Amino acid sequence: MFDIDRWREIFQSINKNRLRSILSGFTVAFAILLFTLLFGIGNGLQNTFKEQFAGDATNSIYVGSGRTTKPYKGLQSGRQIQFKNDDYEFLKEKFSNEIQFISPRVDISANVVFNNKQDNYTIRGVYPGYDVLESASIFEGRFLNYLDVKNKLKVAVIGNMVEKDLFRGLSAYGKEINIGGFIYKVVGVFTDPGGDSDERFIYTPYTTMQQIYGANDNIGNFGMTYNPDLSIDAAIVFGNKMKRALQKRHDVSPEDQRAIRINNNAEGNRQVSMMMFGLNILIIIIGFGTLIAGIVGISNIMVYVVKERTKELGIRKALGASPASIIALIMLESVLITAISGYLGLIAGVGILEATGSSLEKYFILNPGVSTSTVVGATITLITAGVLAGYLPAKRAAQIKPIEALRAD
Amino acid sequence: MIRIEKLHKSYPIGKDKLHVLKGIDLHIKEGEFVSIMGSSGSGKSTLLNIVGLLDIHDEGDYYLNGQLIKDMNEKKAALLRNKFLGFIFQSFNLISYKTALENVALPLYYKGMARKERLEVALDYLEKVGLKEWANHLPNELSGGQKQRVAIARALVTKPKVVLADEPTGALDSTTTDSVMDLLKDINDEGMTVFVITHEEEVAEQTKRIVRLKDGLIISDELTSTGKKVV
Repeated sequence: MFDIDRWREIFQSINKNRLRSILSGFTVAFAILLFTLLFGIGNGLQNTFKEQFAGDATNSIYVGSGRTTKPYKGLQSGRQIQFKNDDYEFLKEKFSNEIQFISPRVDISANVVFNNKQDNYTIRGVYPGYDVLESASIFEGRFLNYLDVKNKLKVAVIGNMVEKDLFRGLSAYGKEINIGGFIYKVVGVFTDPGGDSDERFIYTPYTTMQQIYGANDNIGNFGMTYNPDLSIDAAIVFGNKMKRALQKRHDVSPEDQRAIRINNNAEGNRQVSMMMFGLNILIIIIGFGTLIAGIVGISNIMVYVVKERTKELGIRKALGASPASIIALIMLESVLITAISGYLGLIAGVGILEATGSSLEKYFILNPGVSTSTVVGATITLITAGVLAGYLPAKRAAQIKPIEALRAD
Repeated sequence: MIRIEKLHKSYPIGKDKLHVLKGIDLHIKEGEFVSIMGSSGSGKSTLLNIVGLLDIHDEGDYYLNGQLIKDMNEKKAALLRNKFLGFIFQSFNLISYKTALENVALPLYYKGMARKERLEVALDYLEKVGLKEWANHLPNELSGGQKQRVAIARALVTKPKVVLADEPTGALDSTTTDSVMDLLKDINDEGMTVFVITHEEEVAEQTKRIVRLKDGLIISDELTSTGKKVV
């Protein structure tokens, strides 16, 4: 198949018709360049979206309580609804299929002291595994474990900012801190993609909190993640079902919007995923539009090339060129130009994205870039287009009678 | 070498047909030097195109080198052209971006000869037509006579059985016409069949046999004085 003489013919033809080759190459290079840039910028926008909504686990639901606003079953409005440990057990059992993970949350605000540094922080009593819900990651020590909860140990996992403020660059791990008058041992330090405010939390076992600050089994609210197998719609249904179950359990009117509050990330997810979907469609349309423009461009040029070369092809046929060799000549030239200029356009596009990428962050474009597969796919599409674009005119040229080709001027 | 019997050819013009060749019988033996004469529209170019396998006839039989030309596809025709026929055109038909040498070597490329070999052979033929020094010039750097000599070298390079020349001197002045005709004579003296189409009496006179066409029919077929001498 590899015929050095044929390639020599093609290179000569490209080289001797430089303007034509450069123009057709430019069309392709420009199409691929635009494609790369648009796709890259589109991906950058998507990255921004992802980053913006990266604070918590995307399948999280928070359940809180408040005062009733409507009288119900003989009970007056204005009654405070208080979750207890048995609500925790109830939810865990009743929605065992829908809930992936659930943790009670008991929040207090307390003064925290280490050596002579002190500040006010939110102390949150939770269940082991809660770090997943906040997307927090431990960088020193560990998160809470079951023994901590069972034995109601005074252990604390503190946020990165707490460590920075109180420990001034020293490691907090293993140190003892004073939280609201009680001594806790720091067993871990975490970072949170939610940012500084999320890194000002201190987590302890919820059982410890219940014992020390209230001697009761009150629970402030619940944080949970729903089963990731649920669709967004199913997750919203689940949220509503859970709300109804809790309203029933606490004798709250179904119309009461305040007493039981559900903050379901699935609803936000739906909007974000709709937006991402729209953005994706837009990118695909624009990207393919550009590709099609490139394909049309190369097709036009190939039609023109064949027309321009009709006489030459006629001469070649009179001298003994077979139709197949004419087709190969035209098509290989087309493919070669498309491949090389497509590659150049790609390099230029990726280069521009690399060079300007970091300066685009203020325009909500984060880490613009294209995946190798997208780019390879686009290039292959264009080469295929080059083949097709070259094939039809080449076939016509090969079929034209040499006498007609020779008559052409 | 070439045997044509009751050859017909017509071209569609709109709804009507233009009947160009109306039953040509012609027999050309190996080594002949034949000219076809006729005014424009007499069908002489059409005849050459059919003989050169550049066009297809409608009716009648055409034998080239004993082989009946029938149901030719482009691939077979290309092979036969490459093997048996050499073309010389009025407008030279050199490929403009190739040097004289590359133009001459092109038929050998389609024959499948290796590059080095075909360039050597092509150079020999350029030398034969007296253009060895011009081997690496592009066609637009050559005069009309030189271009036609390159074209002749290209026609000869595959050692064809028949050289077909369509008004080979039509674009040349009388001096260069003579040099081109001398070349064709030399070729014929080497035993090659030469088939010339012309409307110039002086050119036809230098061949050995003149066939005159009028309105798609042969009106005369006679040997010239040169031809008679040979016979």
